[in-house]
Amino acid sequence: MIQLSRWKIILVVVSAVLGCLLAFPNLLSPAQREALPGWLPKNALNLGLDLQGGSYLLLEVDVPTMREKRVTNLIEDVRVTLNGAGIPTNGFQRETGGVVVTLANPAQSDAAFKALQQLGGQAGPGAQVERTATRLGDNRIRFAYTDAALNSMGATAVDQSIEVVRRRIDSLGTREPSITRQGSDRIVVQAPGESDPTKLEEVIGQTAQLTFQMVDVENSVQDAMAGRVPPGSELLQGEDGTPYLVKKRVLVSGENLTRAGVGSDQSGRPAIDFRFDGAGARRFGEATAANLQKPFAIILDGKVISAPTIQSAITSGSGQITGNFTIQEASTLVNLLNGGALPAPLKVEERRTVTAELGADAVAAGALSTAVGFAIIVVFMILAYGFLFGGVSVVGLVLNGVLIVAAMSLTQATLTLPGIAGLILTFAVAVDANVLIYERMRDEARAGRSVVASMDAGFNKAMGTIIDANLTTLVAAGIMFVFGEGPVRGFAWTLTIGVFTSVFSSVLVAQVLLGYWLKAAKPKKLPIAE
Amino acid sequence: MAMRGWPLIKLLPQKTNFHFVKYARFAGVLSVVLCVAAIVSCFYPGLNMGIDFRGGASMEVSKPAGQVIELDRVREAVNGLNLGDVQVQGIARRDSNVDDGSTAILRFQVPEGRDQTQVVQQVEGAITGAVGQVNYSGVSVVGSKVSGELFTSGLLALGVAIGLMFLYIWFRFEPQFGFGAVVGLLHDVILTFGLIVLFKLEFSLNMVAAVLTVIGYSMNDTVVVFDRLRENLRKYKTMPLRDVIDLSLNETLSRTIITGVTAVMVLAALAVFGGEALFGFSIALMFGIIVGTYSSIYVGAPIILLWGVKRGGGASDDAKPIKLGMASRP
Repeated sequence: MIQLSRWKIILVVVSAVLGCLLAFPNLLSPAQREALPGWLPKNALNLGLDLQGGSYLLLEVDVPTMREKRVTNLIEDVRVTLNGAGIPTNGFQRETGGVVVTLANPAQSDAAFKALQQLGGQAGPGAQVERTATRLGDNRIRFAYTDAALNSMGATAVDQSIEVVRRRIDSLGTREPSITRQGSDRIVVQAPGESDPTKLEEVIGQTAQLTFQMVDVENSVQDAMAGRVPPGSELLQGEDGTPYLVKKRVLVSGENLTRAGVGSDQSGRPAIDFRFDGAGARRFGEATAANLQKPFAIILDGKVISAPTIQSAITSGSGQITGNFTIQEASTLVNLLNGGALPAPLKVEERRTVTAELGADAVAAGALSTAVGFAIIVVFMILAYGFLFGGVSVVGLVLNGVLIVAAMSLTQATLTLPGIAGLILTFAVAVDANVLIYERMRDEARAGRSVVASMDAGFNKAMGTIIDANLTTLVAAGIMFVFGEGPVRGFAWTLTIGVFTSVFSSVLVAQVLLGYWLKAAKPKKLPIAE
Repeated sequence: MAMRGWPLIKLLPQKTNFHFVKYARFAGVLSVVLCVAAIVSCFYPGLNMGIDFRGGASMEVSKPAGQVIELDRVREAVNGLNLGDVQVQGIARRDSNVDDGSTAILRFQVPEGRDQTQVVQQVEGAITGAVGQVNYSGVSVVGSKVSGELFTSGLLALGVAIGLMFLYIWFRFEPQFGFGAVVGLLHDVILTFGLIVLFKLEFSLNMVAAVLTVIGYSMNDTVVVFDRLRENLRKYKTMPLRDVIDLSLNETLSRTIITGVTAVMVLAALAVFGGEALFGFSIALMFGIIVGTYSSIYVGAPIILLWGVKRGGGASDDAKPIKLGMASRP
């Protein structure tokens, strides 16, 4: 006798009701979903970017470049410190994470070491010493970042970048962007609905590294352009292409910026107003006081934006950047500055865009092929096994569909275009369980067993095969999930959910329905067997 | 239900008696030849790698229905940018499934060391210059670093899948079964790749998913046959192995056909209605399922015959391997 135990009936009924409840929000518009009372589930299917349109960006944080830059700054610190202490040097040898400086006079070794030790101690907030000085002999001193500092530089750079990227995207007003870390140095940005990745990329990609550096007036730009760039200075370009020779040492950087806003200069053109924090204001004040009547350069991402001459010491901590900005450029810059500087450049490794129309077309194509595929299965099953047995598997199939939609909505798994294909395939294979069971029943009936016995044996004997067969699909899905990226994962997840729901609905539902039929009809022979 | 012969399942012969094993040698030779041809084709002419695995960019451009994008002019303009091989191809409109010349897809490489974004902007500029304003509906750019990683992880996934299947069958059944299943799997995977090359389908991430699904389906099919085989080996302890194999294949035949036909029909619907993006994917799946069904009958089970199998319950000696194709039974 097919076991028509109470728990099976309850399980089927409860899951059907729950499934309908969880799948139901998909029939509503977003506004209607919002208006649902709090206790009702609100989550609809989470459509992938290929279905709803949007932009996908895979960014890589360029940690090596950032380390290079930090080391350059460290070398300049050493140069300025030793110069300031009146200790002549005989050369700087750059190495990973630091520099080895050779002193002109070994007698000054102690003084130099002391000065550098102090420099190391000052650096970095918190108790951790980031940079240390080591003596390498009579006249050679190594000044370098500690290993710990170098390592944490990379890790924190990615964290900071994610934070900065998030703030910048928020300032664009993009709806529900997702920004996640991938691997050790990558960031994935997914912005549904945003179909202009160029804009997104521009806003995200700008490092917005703002620095104030002195213009090198002692040396000539022409000499530098001819290849004789004095140590401690670098040749940069202005926005209009004018070359500038500026000192490498950074007076104040964007990290000390507390607020930027769009303002206007004396002639009424758009400009950027900014304000420094305490430390920044003090450093800016000192620098301007010491360099009166000299020009300094305001540099954004390696480009000189303007190079005004210092008229008076600016101790208030606020100032203005002027340049040939349009209002739009100025406000983009302000957004970038307020969003914070990226600690390291970001490289775009992968970008994909799908417009909303294309997404909608994909949904329509997916829905149409699902409907057609479903209809084919329904017709085929009813033709093959008749209204009763075929019908039972169709009911199982419908429940299966509802449960898949419910589970996908509940877990907020992303449904992608290949995911829809996975869904359709799941339907095709879901029938397999029914076919296995029915074919078993026919086998048993042919072997001369009674209706009840052959149905019972059909379910029992097919179960092992069904489990084996579905476990293999599950293994394949698991692998896709672990190794796959993006669309493949969506496919794998859909397949996984489909395996569980299809085994459940094709076996249990068939058992319960056929159990009722047996009870009511008390058949003399199996309709699907001769 | 008064109609005789309906439900249709009754029309299928109650008991089939095909001598599958008899043709196993022929099938084996055919399979080996096809597999060798497929493997060779993977290197020459080689897979048509999509940008997922090769790196580069693909863009879909369209004009309103009725207007035509002159492909030659687009090709010429983009070729002027020195990007190497640029493919320009007309495709069917998404909304009507008709190729009226208003939609095209471009694929090109981003030369090493050049900025992706800039190159894409240059291409957009060149297109606008050549044929006027167009809409860009889908743009993808994959860097060479990422594409390399995607390719490696894709191949790794296929390898791991086959390995895990082997382990699974080994534990669930016996080593010989596992071996038969894996040979069948490799057979299916290789032939699917052959088809991908033959029809110049684009090998992309989605295609890896398709191949993995073929693996899942083929395994599913094989497991059903093996399950029955194992059961029959226990039931008929003295029947010659080749007869048990034939019997098991015949017993599961109706199920194999019904499930296979359903899956293929549904995938055909997907190929017809699923649009450009799913076309290659569903063709590959459909083919894989047909091959998978064939292989579980003609590859997986006969392999077991070659190796022989230990029968449960006592040392019955009819588990000895029997040479394929020899001994014609009365």
